[in-house]
Amino acid sequence: MISRRRFVAASSSGLLLTGCDRLTNNAQFRGVLRHAEKLTMASQRLVSSRDALAREYHEADISPIFRSNGTAMPAGDDYARHAAEGFSNWRLAVDGLVATPLSIPMHILRSLPYRTQITRHDCVEGWSAIGKWHGVQLSRILDRAGLSSKAKFIVFHCADKIGGKPYYESIDLVDAFHPQTILAWGMNGHLLPVKNGAPIRLRVERQLGYKQAKYIQRIEAIDSLDRAYGGKGGYWEDNADYEWYAGV
Amino acid sequence: MHDGAGMNETSNAPRAAAPARRFAYRHRLPTRLWHWINALVVFVMLMSGLMIFNAHPHLYWGQYGANFDHPWLSFRGRPIPGWATIPSTYNLAAARRWHLAFAWLLCLGLLMFLAASLINGHARRDLTPRSEELLPQHVWQDVIDHARLRFPKGDAALRYNVLQKLSYVSVIFVLLPLMVLSGFAMSPAMDAAWPWLLFLFAGRQSARSIHFICAMALLAFIIVHLLMVVLAGPANEIRSMITGWFRVPQEKARN
Repeated sequence: MISRRRFVAASSSGLLLTGCDRLTNNAQFRGVLRHAEKLTMASQRLVSSRDALAREYHEADISPIFRSNGTAMPAGDDYARHAAEGFSNWRLAVDGLVATPLSIPMHILRSLPYRTQITRHDCVEGWSAIGKWHGVQLSRILDRAGLSSKAKFIVFHCADKIGGKPYYESIDLVDAFHPQTILAWGMNGHLLPVKNGAPIRLRVERQLGYKQAKYIQRIEAIDSLDRAYGGKGGYWEDNADYEWYAGV
Repeated sequence: MHDGAGMNETSNAPRAAAPARRFAYRHRLPTRLWHWINALVVFVMLMSGLMIFNAHPHLYWGQYGANFDHPWLSFRGRPIPGWATIPSTYNLAAARRWHLAFAWLLCLGLLMFLAASLINGHARRDLTPRSEELLPQHVWQDVIDHARLRFPKGDAALRYNVLQKLSYVSVIFVLLPLMVLSGFAMSPAMDAAWPWLLFLFAGRQSARSIHFICAMALLAFIIVHLLMVVLAGPANEIRSMITGWFRVPQEKARN
């Protein structure tokens, strides 16, 4: 009796799992789950004011070691040379749907008025680290370039590759013009270390870690995510089906 | 166990010599609907949640917590076996899509059930323990009855006993709301929208720990719940949760 019950339980749990795995692989079912991402994003935006700030912490709350994740050192001679030069010849390109494309040398970028914020970085895997960031507000750069009214998304092109594919990320204009969205060039009172994204990384504080693009070379304004790489708005979105909206 | 008024009782016409089989309307539609939605949703939430746990099987207290910090619970590798996770192989993106979609059903179902049971009096009438039921000797008697598998008969079987009331109240009004709120507190966007979430749980990593502890408490509740259904007569219990009608167990002293 017990063995029969156990058999029934085991086989029904097996069936359930096979069913769930089949559903996971079913394009229509994935489409249904994908609607939840849109619903979540719309609802979170609805209950949140456009400029609602992520919590800012005290010095005492800073993680003793801020974990480096993803690429810790981009491959290739170009990046190595820039790193050896202290990124003095690194330039940030701003182009796409803008009135005036820019190419901003690092020393100019670092001389612009900047914001310092102690915020929490939440990895999609579950861990959190708190760090102090110094950087120029993205809105200031976009205003200087003169964003076209057609622009809907900002794409961040990075110097690192994972599995041979370039890393990139994208955000919409609500997050791009959020006061805490900065191009960070400093961390914990020092210039940004290579393992944390030198010389420039994005901080978009209301989203998860994989949105915080590191090693940024170029910022591009586009009207549709279809125009960039795999079309889903980011390296992990294209290659691992992570959500484009990573507010949760 | 009745959330209907328990007044709509009917008796089948007594057959020759056989004792009358008395049925009582025990579960209203909102309870039955919510029960079966949850039977599905809670399993998906637990199993996809355990897959997500596999991505970083370390829990911390406080605002931050990562590999160089001090976890209070930590496992090597991927501790949760495939038969307990959705999907059954490691896939964080898919597990999150399941989890964050079914979370909507859990939240909305809970909200609607809470509203319905507060409005229709179910919470006050059937779930809230009466003061005399909370007397230690009464609770102790109920513990002994459970331990001896002595289940109530007759009209007594139509009311929740105090241990049932306490466990249902803690699941519905404490555990499930804590699951939802600690889930919200793990969302960076919700933390910006509702800053009180981080104060309520004293940090995102504390919220994540509480989310896990509540999930384990919910799992324990489900195991005991299923065990009690099996011991109390699964056919009658399951039918009453499908149709609402419960066959009232006969009191042996009569007849």
